[in-house]
Amino acid sequence: MTTHNRPPPLGVCILEEQAPLTLAELCRACAVHAERIIELVEIGVLEPDGREPTRWRFGGESLYRARTVLRLQRDLSIDLAGAALALELLNEIETLRTRLRTLGMEY
Amino acid sequence: MQYKDYYTIMGVARDATQDEIKRAYRKLARKYHPDVSKETDAEARFKELGEAYEVLKDTEKRAAYDQLGTHWKGGQEFRPPPDWNTGFEFRGGGFTAANAADYSDFFESLFGRGFHTDGGAGLSSHANGEDHHAKILIDLEDAYQGTTRTITLRLPSADAQGHVINKERVLNVIIPKGIREGQHIRLRGQGGSGVGKGQAGDLYLEVKFRVHPLYRVEGRDIYLDLPVAPWEAALGASVKVPTLGGIVELKIPAESSSGHKLRLKGRGLPGDPPGECYVILVITLPPAVTEDAKDLYRKMAQTLSFNPRAKLGV
Repeated sequence: MTTHNRPPPLGVCILEEQAPLTLAELCRACAVHAERIIELVEIGVLEPDGREPTRWRFGGESLYRARTVLRLQRDLSIDLAGAALALELLNEIETLRTRLRTLGMEY
Repeated sequence: MQYKDYYTIMGVARDATQDEIKRAYRKLARKYHPDVSKETDAEARFKELGEAYEVLKDTEKRAAYDQLGTHWKGGQEFRPPPDWNTGFEFRGGGFTAANAADYSDFFESLFGRGFHTDGGAGLSSHANGEDHHAKILIDLEDAYQGTTRTITLRLPSADAQGHVINKERVLNVIIPKGIREGQHIRLRGQGGSGVGKGQAGDLYLEVKFRVHPLYRVEGRDIYLDLPVAPWEAALGASVKVPTLGGIVELKIPAESSSGHKLRLKGRGLPGDPPGECYVILVITLPPAVTEDAKDLYRKMAQTLSFNPRAKLGV
């Protein structure tokens, strides 16, 4: 690969280690209306800091959690509670798989 | 272009009822959903399934597809018959699936290309661009040292006539040192462009690690299996160990056993605090191929009163 025509490197930040996302930023990142995010908070999929929605701040994990639940809901036509349960179970499976791998056992 | 057998993909008979097709789709969708399945080809299977269902769930498209006849086999070279698609009317000017750009050439040759945007109606003259998401696969060494990577993104977008075209975009991205698997790199203003005075959206890259031949990763911690000779484990030894930061000397305590975990403090992925590097001892036997080696094993058998199965009570 030639190095001449490369665009200059883009300044980046790691989402999980920067300032937490606001409700508006999370809505944009998930491409949904605020109502959908509020539902996710009400059912406990997301746990932002701050009392009321305008002051909510979402930690880095929120983006992955919100997008996964929204995808499961949309693609598998399951309700919110079901998708939230699926997320918890998927995370637990992932943790167990990682543990298996660190023990040298391939899953 | 290859013929696609939508009935085989969905695992249903050609005379399946619409209800049977719906049930088959729901079952397979749960099985192959990329968030659920760990199969490497899950995403491709899920897309293929979505395409098959898009056709078979719709009685008009299904009838048109059936019109091609039953003599085709999946994967066979295919060219649509010249008079195909006459006498059918597709409501709504084609398809309206969210991932329409992912459909195969085969699908497009039959049902045409369309483009679907979420909430496209009633756009004000200024609107912020969408945020985009992509995955990036990096090596563990890249995360340890930090690096710059060139990535190519294919972005489906609509041309002036409303057709889907894949625009290629090359980005030079800094991979920050110490990034962990599952974290997201956020590139401000690199998502969809805004309309009017609207701001461009952001691009999120989800980081995945390529499987490493030596190391396994958990969070910031690195795990390494270290083969040791029986005498090194029994008597203790100082041995060389490869780590992400280079070769280090490790003291193996006497009377170590297989599976013993030793810690190299702060030798995992960098961060605050940095991860650890855990070394797991794997006792490896020298092969007993020469007469000398066999003699040594025989001598051990005679000298050591050792029953490896003592705990089993035999």
